[in-house]
Amino acid sequence: MSAAWRVSVDPHRCIGSGICAGTAPEHFRLVDGLSIPLADTVAPADPVVDAAESCPVEAILVRDASDERVIAPES
Amino acid sequence: MTDSRQVTARPYPFAAPDRLNLDPHYARLRRDEPLIRVRLPFGEEAWLATRYADVRVVLGDARFSRAAGVGRDQPRTMPRQPDLGMLAMDPPDHTRLRRLVAKAFTARRVEQLRSRAQEIADGLVDEMIEAGPPADLVERFATPLPIQVICELLGVPFADRDNFHTWSEAIVSTTSLSPEQIQEYMQSLWGYIGELVAIRRVEPIDDLLGAMVRARDENEDRLTEQELVQLAAGLLAAGHETTVTQIPNFVYVLLDNPAELARLRADPALVPSAVEELLRFVPLGAASAFPRYATEDIELGGVLVRAGEPVLPAVGSANRDGTVFADPDRLDLGREANPHVGFGHGVHHCLGAQLARMELQVAIGTLVNRLPGLRLAVPEPEVPWKSGLLVRGPLALPVAW
Repeated sequence: MSAAWRVSVDPHRCIGSGICAGTAPEHFRLVDGLSIPLADTVAPADPVVDAAESCPVEAILVRDASDERVIAPES
Repeated sequence: MTDSRQVTARPYPFAAPDRLNLDPHYARLRRDEPLIRVRLPFGEEAWLATRYADVRVVLGDARFSRAAGVGRDQPRTMPRQPDLGMLAMDPPDHTRLRRLVAKAFTARRVEQLRSRAQEIADGLVDEMIEAGPPADLVERFATPLPIQVICELLGVPFADRDNFHTWSEAIVSTTSLSPEQIQEYMQSLWGYIGELVAIRRVEPIDDLLGAMVRARDENEDRLTEQELVQLAAGLLAAGHETTVTQIPNFVYVLLDNPAELARLRADPALVPSAVEELLRFVPLGAASAFPRYATEDIELGGVLVRAGEPVLPAVGSANRDGTVFADPDRLDLGREANPHVGFGHGVHHCLGAQLARMELQVAIGTLVNRLPGLRLAVPEPEVPWKSGLLVRGPLALPVAW
């Protein structure tokens, strides 16, 4: 397992469902109705992947910080 | 600050549902008393939240829990305590189940079903035109379209629709069925899904149900057999009951707003924003349901909600909050910013939201495009309405064109 993940939310895709902020409140919150990550780089944590895999518009992207490999969502 | 010991509970719902009209009490409550104590026909007293901001907190904040309501005498309009599967869970349990099926309902995956949904909708309208007016839009169009789409997605035989459509009423029934009938219908639905699961164990099939069976058989920690069957049954039942109801609701509202309908006919590019506006405008729920339990003391709407107290989110009221939606009681099919909570909010945001959106866009687009003279075939007061359900909608919608 890598040491750090990079987390981003595509504001053009986000529909503000609130699923990520409810699934991983330590990592996402809604600002003006849209999700933003609380930190761009995080230690690997299951709720981050859960949030990315649960997003209905696949707006959340989780990558390995060292090699940019996509951790979630699965295609 | 006010708390539950200082206020008297009022009876709720305030009145029986009147067609698709939102009870006028809500507007006054949003203005003067955003959180009130209510007593429902069954269960313990609750708070009722009516403002958009408060409803979003109740639905979205992890300090409000559905799981904490398990084992409580939940405030409700039905005699039985519903067994709601995923909707009775919090993360991470809820996430474990939802993740198994969420992929099949993403916007990207749903978009791949659009042309097939269009084909089904066109076929149904062809049949209506062939037979000639009048026709019951509920029976001829609104019911078969979502059922056929969810059948093909899940892998359930469309030929069995009369049976499982009857049983599915159990998940939206409050008083339309007796508690014994509800139990019987749920058992029938679970038994039916169990047979479809068994078939996939003999011969793998590449559909969503087959994928769910594989997920369980590859790793039994991911879900139990009972969870598998109940989850699939929930997808089948919830996967069509609500859309079956919303299609005629949307048509009814459009026919009731002829200027907006003419606007939509003149500019079909408005269909996506029209669907969002109709999702906002139509209070699908007959009454607020699915209370969330506070897991700690929380200040909300000027009152102190104590740990352990349930709060009901009034979604239909939130969608008419004038601090969020300009001129909230006007239907505006071109409304630009429309962050409605018609699909809920937070972890329980409707799993099928993207599918429902697509189906509603196809349904409304097809009816407006192919039946330009669409109108009620009976005087409005003769439209019959469902009752005793969690949702409201016409029992039948006789139309001509």
